[in-house]
Amino acid sequence: MNRNLIIGLILSAIAILAALVSFIWTPFDHVAMNIPAKLQTPNLTHWFGTDHFGRDIFSMIMVGARTSIAVAFVAVGIGMGLGIPLGLWAAARKGSYVDELIMRANDLIFAFPSLVIAILITAIFGAGAVNAIIAIGIFNIPVFARVVRGAALPIWEREFILAARVAGKKAARISVEHILPNVLNLLIVQATIQFSLGILAEAALSYVGLGAQPPTPSWGRMLADAQTLVSIAPHLALIPGFAIIITVMGLNLMGDGLRDHLNPRTRVART
Amino acid sequence: MIRYTLKRFLSLCISLAVASLLIFFVIEIAPGDPASFMLGINAQPDTVAALRAELGLDVPKFERYLAWTQGMLTGDFGMSYTYRTPISQMVADRLWVSLPLALFALALSTIIALPAGIYAAARRGKTGDVAVMSATQLGVAIPNFWFAMMLVLIFAIKLRWFAGGGFAGWDKGLGAVMWSLTLPAISLALPQAAILARVMRSALLDVMNEDFMRTARAKGLTTTQTLWKHGLRNALIPVLTIIGLQFSFLLAGGIIIEQVFYLPGLGRLVFQAISARDLIVVESVVMLLVFAVIVVNFAVDLAYATVDPRLRART
Repeated sequence: MNRNLIIGLILSAIAILAALVSFIWTPFDHVAMNIPAKLQTPNLTHWFGTDHFGRDIFSMIMVGARTSIAVAFVAVGIGMGLGIPLGLWAAARKGSYVDELIMRANDLIFAFPSLVIAILITAIFGAGAVNAIIAIGIFNIPVFARVVRGAALPIWEREFILAARVAGKKAARISVEHILPNVLNLLIVQATIQFSLGILAEAALSYVGLGAQPPTPSWGRMLADAQTLVSIAPHLALIPGFAIIITVMGLNLMGDGLRDHLNPRTRVART
Repeated sequence: MIRYTLKRFLSLCISLAVASLLIFFVIEIAPGDPASFMLGINAQPDTVAALRAELGLDVPKFERYLAWTQGMLTGDFGMSYTYRTPISQMVADRLWVSLPLALFALALSTIIALPAGIYAAARRGKTGDVAVMSATQLGVAIPNFWFAMMLVLIFAIKLRWFAGGGFAGWDKGLGAVMWSLTLPAISLALPQAAILARVMRSALLDVMNEDFMRTARAKGLTTTQTLWKHGLRNALIPVLTIIGLQFSFLLAGGIIIEQVFYLPGLGRLVFQAISARDLIVVESVVMLLVFAVIVVNFAVDLAYATVDPRLRART
């Protein structure tokens, strides 16, 4: 395994572990206010300090990881669930009407500034985690469709596909049985990248108040809350920021590492 | 080339038409009637009806769509529901903030990224390369609004070199405007610079493996000479494409940064309009941003095809 992959796995594992453990244990109740203990800097009782309501930041970060990961995860799921079949379909019918339609629709979605549209969707249909997921997920669809189509096209030219066709398999079955396994590596890499982008997008939406709503903690909203207090309590902004950076960097490194690890050519070149 | 241009132009027009339809109808199905929102929950039904008529909301949707798109084509974006001023005027005012911000950020990002990318490519595998690549890893992972908060904390609150937010206004002169846009532009430029540096590096590395680079070395040029004379020129093509795409992204991406710095740009206009249910303003600004992206993409495609004739044949 290469260095990027190991560092990436460790960093991502920290975030995922924090999210999972938060279901059974957090040092404090993440919504419990304790005004006398407000705005404490990190100390032995409150490892990451407390916010302006005296809530324990460590616990909020743990539960916030849950929100970030869940939103990004489902958004990637939407992208893969719809994007992969569309990409496979377009590749199987290369140059046809269907292919043209799918790819043009993809171009169109790409033309929309994603953050603007995500803001628009959440603003119109109501702020909240579910709408944030949909808004982020929509922009994942063309990404996966494009990656799958691009990777599938050369595979369709290969001899084993010809053999499958001679054996009487239909395009749909070939796509699932032969094309999909061959583009899976690429999809895994793309999924980690989209996952990290999803976490950034969720943070941005929550920051402007359009993501998960209180009392559900989210890293982006913790930053928004911190904005007016940043001069007297910088740790309020620093800690959620570091949480986002570590998670996103972990996922990106994992994506880079996986790309090298899964690609036989670079793997050989490295050893 | 003419055939290619026409084909791309046709697809540009279709994209714009579909985008306008999507934007208009998505926003129109939004819950909440602007007229009843403006008058409050205690308004009489006939007052609401009168306001709806005044705002032109009683006309069927499709007719309103046609009127809106026709107006857009002639530069008339209609009247804002809440401010009762022409939207084109409001947008023009805000563009004087958002456009310089995007250009400033683009310039910064290019100035930082190109040398960094070239340096990394020239030092491939060495400490300098690893350092630049690690910095770009960090750059793409940092949320720009968080970076903006950190810049405010350090340079506005602690060091007091810059204002923590707000816009100086063009009447104060170019210097004051640039000064007030510096921190926003830096925070907006950072992730873009990281992406651009990576593209620059990999484009240059790709070119370095080409045969003509070896030929250049064989005819006696030094590594640096080959890099500057042959490598860079060829590597710049994909880099220019990304720079073009980044401009439209920066224009739209300024939305959040404008919130952080309380800048009266397009982003804040969208937020204010959304909360006031001033749908026609939202529609127009979003359409304008999409228009910018589509047109920039079109221009990039054409520029690309001019440089690389192979592309014309492919599409």
